[in-house]
Amino acid sequence: MGMTVVEKILAAAAGAKAVKALDIVEPRVDLAMSHENAALVINQFNEIHQGTGREPKPWDPDRIAIIFDHRVPAEGPKTATNQKLIRGFVARHGIAKFHDIRGDLGGICHQILPERGYVRPGFVVVGTDSHTTSHGALGCFAFGIGATEMASVWTLGVALNIEVPPTIKVVVSGRFQEHVGPKDLILHLIGRLTAQGANFRVLEFHGDTIAAMSTSGRLTICNMSVEAGATGGIVPADAETERYLRQEAGVTGPLARVRPDDDAVYERVVEVDVSRLEPQIACPHTVDNVKPIGEVAGKAVQQIVIGSCTNGRLDDLEIAAGILKGKQVAPGTRMLVFPASGRIYSQALEAGYLQEFMRAGAVVMNSGCGPCLGIHQGALGDEEVALATTNRNFKGRMGNPRSEVYLCSAAVAAASAITGVITDPRSGGR
Amino acid sequence: MGKVVLKLGKDISTDDIYPGRFMATVLPTETPQFCFHDRTEFNAQLKAKTIPAGSVIVADENFGCGSSREQAVSTIRGHELVIVARSIARIFLQNAINLGLNLVICPTIEAESGDELELVSGRVLNRTSGREFATEPLPPARQAIVDAGGLIPYTRKKLLELPAR
Repeated sequence: MGMTVVEKILAAAAGAKAVKALDIVEPRVDLAMSHENAALVINQFNEIHQGTGREPKPWDPDRIAIIFDHRVPAEGPKTATNQKLIRGFVARHGIAKFHDIRGDLGGICHQILPERGYVRPGFVVVGTDSHTTSHGALGCFAFGIGATEMASVWTLGVALNIEVPPTIKVVVSGRFQEHVGPKDLILHLIGRLTAQGANFRVLEFHGDTIAAMSTSGRLTICNMSVEAGATGGIVPADAETERYLRQEAGVTGPLARVRPDDDAVYERVVEVDVSRLEPQIACPHTVDNVKPIGEVAGKAVQQIVIGSCTNGRLDDLEIAAGILKGKQVAPGTRMLVFPASGRIYSQALEAGYLQEFMRAGAVVMNSGCGPCLGIHQGALGDEEVALATTNRNFKGRMGNPRSEVYLCSAAVAAASAITGVITDPRSGGR
Repeated sequence: MGKVVLKLGKDISTDDIYPGRFMATVLPTETPQFCFHDRTEFNAQLKAKTIPAGSVIVADENFGCGSSREQAVSTIRGHELVIVARSIARIFLQNAINLGLNLVICPTIEAESGDELELVSGRVLNRTSGREFATEPLPPARQAIVDAGGLIPYTRKKLLELPAR
């Protein structure tokens, strides 16, 4: 019986010849990623070792990555003290894949991992963040876990008692219209599948649209697979994966190209034709409340956010800067831009995009998760509305339960910044 | 189990259970104060300790969707509340099992606030309505962790089986 990509990855990582959906395996972990919540992981890690007579030393510091992104620079003394505690742990155990608050090496964890070549096809990647699904864009099986489970991985180097998830095959065909892209595709798909439609399952992406899609776009669709409940999203490694890892991430040495078998068993197949897809908007307060832009156009917005692990990459900034060229952010609307990493920030600076944003009246912030999770930077006022390229619109997500968040692409966000209302970018921001 | 103290709809997110703005607070001893923080009346009752241990939160499908934040589990466990949900999002379920939160997956549960629920030989009995509802067993992969009393003791046992480094 043939295997899906994730079945092949898990079989190899568990030292089994073959596995099938719902088998229980203990795969070795190739990369274990945490952000500021490493503070809790350290606490749980120490607790595991308590009374064992064993020294609390991680199984392999080279396979641990820690990136500060959720609250950078720290919003208060508690976070700052947690960050200090983590720095001490990192230094003590020689964790080299550590990205502190820096303009050159810093950024959002889900951007840093691909950009630095830390994730490769065939890897098993776990992260204490639900959007760890992003890394499936590079052909690895990447999924979110909690802090205690991460402490277990740090101790043993394997993920305990993992059920092999059934896979849904998503076949995407057709060419996007201008100003329509991967974000619209994944929002449309989440709307169709619902917020729990892929719970405990993997989305494996195929089709000519995916073959032609850049790694940046693939990161967007795998990132948001979790919003349909998926354990992972994955694009089987291909020529684009290798191009990205060689040219952009500077990876040398052999790269695996794990592909599914022709007779792989899928739970079901979902087909999407994007050629007539319109820009999509996820409306409050669930990510699966998705509507074509025509149904919500004209809604007034007070805050535009471009950034996050979903859509804060160079191509997103390029699209937004292009639409804003020569225009102004509407009075009564504020626009915040958060490049996904220090490297992207520098590239956008050199390309002139950041200058374009500032000239238009947008505020360019440092790289990080920013307002996406409502802790600091860009909280909303009562009854205010945000339109954001981020990934969640749950009630209270942007720091205030009496506000609303709509989700969209960078093109829609930029066009709407000019008008101050939700605007179809195909109309040129008028 | 006990009385239903909160009845919730579907897709209750971790932002609802434990808002992101309290994420700098991580320790299980400190997270209970922010439990369902923005449901101000319920949060006030929890803080005033007027809700007895074993009280039940009943939820529709996909409870705990969203973030992997473990605070969403430790904050409920801190008040010793029981979750009875029609289905549970993967990461929340995993975290709940890892930390030993008392939860029951009950795909057809029907209960109102104030109803008395009881777990009787694998079925949820609603003593108020007199109706019974079948529960769904945890995935077999998870049961070993439950039996060990959570992921910390389970991992500790595995660690001691390894040769010392």
